[in-house]
Amino acid sequence: MTAVENLLVDDVFLKEIRRDMIKFAHLQLRDEAQAEDVVQEALAAAFTNSKGFAGRSALKTWVFAILKNKIVDLIRQQCRTTNVSALSTDEENLDQAFETLFKSNAHWSPAVRPGNWGDPEESLRESRFWEVFDACLKHLPENTARVFMMREFLEFETTEVCKELSITTSNCNVILHRARNGLRLCLEQNWFAAGEQPC
Amino acid sequence: MLSCKETTHLLSQSQDRKLSLTERMQLEIHLAMCKGCTNFRDQMAFLRAACKRYLKSGDKADE
Repeated sequence: MTAVENLLVDDVFLKEIRRDMIKFAHLQLRDEAQAEDVVQEALAAAFTNSKGFAGRSALKTWVFAILKNKIVDLIRQQCRTTNVSALSTDEENLDQAFETLFKSNAHWSPAVRPGNWGDPEESLRESRFWEVFDACLKHLPENTARVFMMREFLEFETTEVCKELSITTSNCNVILHRARNGLRLCLEQNWFAAGEQPC
Repeated sequence: MLSCKETTHLLSQSQDRKLSLTERMQLEIHLAMCKGCTNFRDQMAFLRAACKRYLKSGDKADE
């Protein structure tokens, strides 16, 4: 057995990586059963092609690369049946929340102007931050999250996202802007302001 | 002259495509005068960094 095969049968390592993988797949696919399946497939593929990976972090990166590809394949099969440009109530609410940030002249309302988040590294090092970040991602409306995660996590180019989902570039831009602003607002309210302002 | 609302759209798009020279100039002029939009720009950069780091965040527990 190679070192990597040893790692893949190491209970603790496997449990941990599996947990992270399912979390990632679930965020992207929003379907429990599908997430479990795709993670299982990715782990099986990792196990059968595991030569040449010495360390844990190299293995983890590689297993996640396999998972990413599997999710990309799944999305390619499914996209024709999803209409991501349809607006749900959640999306409309998010757009409304965005509009309320501005005065009638389309400049920021002083009370809700984006704040200074300081040194990003500090937040990225804190495990509590990642819990809030996760919660904010899950809070995004499904289609909005889907487009955002294809772009930011699966690293599709915007043109590919449009092509895969059969949406126009301007629609894609609108959805990404909605996602980024939604995520930004959620982090601002639940992480960056949490220490400064009483709720 | 860009409004803050328009600026947020351009800042989001700057993560996805190369902005034209005119767009970049408009942005720069606006950002030079607008703290809110400058913060918004930094927040966009932060989101991208966080997404890139997301998959590695599990590593923190190993250290």
